[in-house]
Amino acid sequence: MRIRNPNTIRPSEITDESVYFNRRRFLQAAGFTALGAVAAASAKLWAAPGRELASFDLLRKSALSTGEAANSWEDITTYNNFYEFGTGKDEPHRYAKDFQPHPWEVEVAGECDKPGTYSYEDMVGPHTPEERIYRLRCVEAWSMVIPWVGISLADMLKRFAPNSRAKFVKFTTLHDPARMPGQRWPLLQWPYVEGLRIDEAMHPLTIMALGLYGKELPNQNGAPLRLVVPWKYGFKSIKSIVRIEFTETQPVSAWEQAAPHEYGFYANVNPNVDHPRWSQARERRIGADVFAPKVPTLMFNGYAEQVAGLYAGMDLAKNY
Amino acid sequence: MSSARLRVLKAMLFVACLMPFVGMVLAVFGRLGLSLGANPVEELIHENGEWGLRFLLITLAVTPLRRITGLLWLVRLRRMLGLFAFFYLVMHFLSYAVIDQRLAPGPIIEDVFERPFITLGMTGLLLLVPLALTSTDGMMRRLGKRWQTLHRLIYPVAILGVWHFWWQVKQDIREPLLYAAILALLLGYRVWFGNRKRRSQGSRSATSPDPMAGMVRAPGFRRR
Repeated sequence: MRIRNPNTIRPSEITDESVYFNRRRFLQAAGFTALGAVAAASAKLWAAPGRELASFDLLRKSALSTGEAANSWEDITTYNNFYEFGTGKDEPHRYAKDFQPHPWEVEVAGECDKPGTYSYEDMVGPHTPEERIYRLRCVEAWSMVIPWVGISLADMLKRFAPNSRAKFVKFTTLHDPARMPGQRWPLLQWPYVEGLRIDEAMHPLTIMALGLYGKELPNQNGAPLRLVVPWKYGFKSIKSIVRIEFTETQPVSAWEQAAPHEYGFYANVNPNVDHPRWSQARERRIGADVFAPKVPTLMFNGYAEQVAGLYAGMDLAKNY
Repeated sequence: MSSARLRVLKAMLFVACLMPFVGMVLAVFGRLGLSLGANPVEELIHENGEWGLRFLLITLAVTPLRRITGLLWLVRLRRMLGLFAFFYLVMHFLSYAVIDQRLAPGPIIEDVFERPFITLGMTGLLLLVPLALTSTDGMMRRLGKRWQTLHRLIYPVAILGVWHFWWQVKQDIREPLLYAAILALLLGYRVWFGNRKRRSQGSRSATSPDPMAGMVRAPGFRRR
């Protein structure tokens, strides 16, 4: 149990969904028609503890979004697994408060024609962010629905011109124990590393997320750049990315390294393959009533139609 | 300590021991600014489990504390502390079985037999049941010397509890490690004390360093 932090956003302060979806009209009415971030002016509306989060205006909607109701801002930003800021679910939002994700640079390396160090603006600038409302299924058997703001990872990666030897993409989180206090304990082998097969990385569902609920990503959700791969367990969606490397060999992800018998490279959501210590057949939807039942977990988190083809002929019990 | 003062002390202790439960009930209904967070079911399970474990350790701390401080009346609080451990662990199980699993027999049986950490926890809880049932004055009298032998089950129960916690955490074992360290200290003290007693008895020292030794075994040692 915890005492509610008076600085956190109360439900009454959260923008109502209808208002949220009408924010375009609101912003236009208020005289803000500029594309991109309108930080200062909307600071009051979007105020969050620690850092002011800029808003994205005129977000394109996506046919890939789910129609399910999104979780509240409070649920999404106070119940996080981000061990770099503490292992308790409520620790990231408390300990990431003073993290400053700007300026930010990403090193692009490996099997591509345009390696180099790119600023956040270089990474994001050429793209038009859109809203992607996705289910997120944690390996711990809970789930949420999150309205991400993101750009197609394929569009982003293609700019670096990966070559024919680029079979995998390896992502690395910032390693800076001074700014990420959780890294002072050797809980995982820091920095956190994740990887995707190139076809998974290039899949239209895979996005580089920049924000949620029309705002910049809060620190605890992986500011300023995080991966979102909605058919895989949440830990694949690596946060605060500082390095992208195209590799010929399969990278070893952080959880695979920590407990290979429990976490595999693929980590596709699969109700038929249990975690050795708990069942994956059902999940608890965060935000539901205390007494609400768990809901059945869907193959590939409900995205089977789009992604099952990627794994044709593979034994998913072995390649978990 | 007079029995009147002890009664007051016990009443105060009872209220204090109930506080975590009161807090949880208030949090379920979102009162007094208390909250169970985004995943209330998980929070209820964890909170009750941790309090159960804490009360097990507190119960196990009574005897060492009594020997070290010489405050004999401490032992008369032990039953309540042990029963609170049982209470929170039953709530822990009920939160899991009723709220989380909705009493679905299939998944519960599967968990108990196929998930080692749940097997450990379930075993510990079942071993605690006979201790709760025999915690009355009547049962103490009736069982006599066997009562204490039976109640030594609290040692394996506490070990199973910490082990269950340890195997449940995903990666960060710092908290179960702390519980394990405290338990090791409490059990270690008993081993050390037992050895010392045996040695001193071996060297013909008739006086036991434990003023309560012998008394615990005597049925009906409690004043009415």
